[in-house]
Amino acid sequence: MFEYLQVLGQEVYKILFMLVPILVSVAMVVWLDRRVWGLVQKRKGPNVVGPFGLLQTLADALKYIFKEIIIPASANKAVFILAPIVTMTLALVAWAVIPMSEDFVLSDINVGVLYLFAVSSLGVYGIIMGGWASNSKYPFLGAIRSAAQMVSYEVSIGIIIINVLLCVGSLNLKDIVLAQKELWYVIPLFPMFVIFFISALAETNRPPFDLPEAEAELVAGYQTEYSGMMYAMFWLGEYANILLMCAIGAILFLGGWLPIIDIYPFNLIPAPIWMILKILFLFFLFALVKAIVPRYRYDQLMRLGWKILLPFSLIYLVLTASFLFYFDKLPKGNF
Amino acid sequence: MLAHSIFFYFFSVIAIFSSLMVITSRNTVNSVFFLILDFISVGCLFIMVGAEFLGMIILIVYVGAVAVLFLFVVMMLNVAEQKQSWFIGKKSTHIPIGLIVSVLILLELLVVVGGWKYKDDLMSSNTLNISDISNTHQLGLVMYTDYILYFQLSGVILLLSMIGAILLTFRQRKGVKKQSYFNQISRNPSSSIELKEVKSNQGVKIDD
Repeated sequence: MFEYLQVLGQEVYKILFMLVPILVSVAMVVWLDRRVWGLVQKRKGPNVVGPFGLLQTLADALKYIFKEIIIPASANKAVFILAPIVTMTLALVAWAVIPMSEDFVLSDINVGVLYLFAVSSLGVYGIIMGGWASNSKYPFLGAIRSAAQMVSYEVSIGIIIINVLLCVGSLNLKDIVLAQKELWYVIPLFPMFVIFFISALAETNRPPFDLPEAEAELVAGYQTEYSGMMYAMFWLGEYANILLMCAIGAILFLGGWLPIIDIYPFNLIPAPIWMILKILFLFFLFALVKAIVPRYRYDQLMRLGWKILLPFSLIYLVLTASFLFYFDKLPKGNF
Repeated sequence: MLAHSIFFYFFSVIAIFSSLMVITSRNTVNSVFFLILDFISVGCLFIMVGAEFLGMIILIVYVGAVAVLFLFVVMMLNVAEQKQSWFIGKKSTHIPIGLIVSVLILLELLVVVGGWKYKDDLMSSNTLNISDISNTHQLGLVMYTDYILYFQLSGVILLLSMIGAILLTFRQRKGVKKQSYFNQISRNPSSSIELKEVKSNQGVKIDD
């Protein structure tokens, strides 16, 4: 019995060591997002609370905590309360398999990529539940939009992942990173990287695909009826999801924790720092896109997903497979 | 082993409870939510017996895609009242058909499980005699060698049903305004702008 408790204690310690930095960095990343957004528009962005405005998110979070949670009278209470919890939990649960370095990973499972894909595809439930349980028009429309959007862009993300898997020959995230030791996949699979980036924007409901919460048409989409801490949880979950998408992109295409070149000044920097730098680089791109691109119309969004990105990634999949087969470079299976 | 059995009972109790709730809960949307919970706990059970690939595929396909569409349709249709009338039994035309289908499924399950029980080599494979490789690799080895024909055939059947569904629901509506990207981009000033000399006090007549 004592052994169980000891193992349990160690696991909880490890999980906390992973979760607390993620939550803190989510707060920091919100600041970064608003700051980049401001600088692109020649504003200053949040710069008052703390040095460089770093504590702005903390101040916002405190404000949300002290606000009253209002549950609409006609809402389905249980589902209404469950929705932000589901969003937040799913956004954090996925980090269990993200390797920060060769031995710094919570659980190194054989089907890591599938796990990430599954968890990110479950993310849609938080939004649907929130939108439906609010029992009001705008949230419902927002929820329906986001359900259709996330399901359609998941398909092309799946095919992009298959592209990478063909080159690696394993579903394990660590193997995927180690296979990029000589060449990051962003170089041979560059078009796939671009499509992954676009699909990730759509999957996390970021501009230019933020139709579920298009403020000009739907007030705030599925979040309209939420207030106080529950709204903050949606918000934190959204940013944790964005960071997760950046981490997946870094692992699949940018070589995870590997340094740019494995020579003297670069390989002194510890592996987790490289991983964090790559995640931040991708997040910077996310923030830039938010600032410089106008919102899509809904039919344009669907056309882009089904008629352009999906056929293109399918064709590229065939090309990758035939290239690997012709030059006899298919992974021979180290099992 | 203790933790293992605790988790097993935890997930199986949730699975049984939620599958009962699917057919008994009054609100249809709640039924779909319980169906999702059922899928998730079955996926967890698969992972617990070591079939990690199957478990993940259940999560991705059923929970991530199929159940979303279920939820979508059920939310749009608002079938809450309709379901209640089935239970009261005013027009219970669905029950005999449902009974026939469920009895058929039960028989099929009995045949499959019984055949497996009394003849262990019913589903044997020449390729698969290694047990220290991960089950994703094992599945790939079996599926693309011994059962390649069945695998491809099921793919073709799925494709056919997809084409059928599209054909059944496809209709070309007239008078719908559509954006034609080709026409939009190929427009140039000479074909779409016209300069007119306007005489004083007369205006221009636009012909359309």
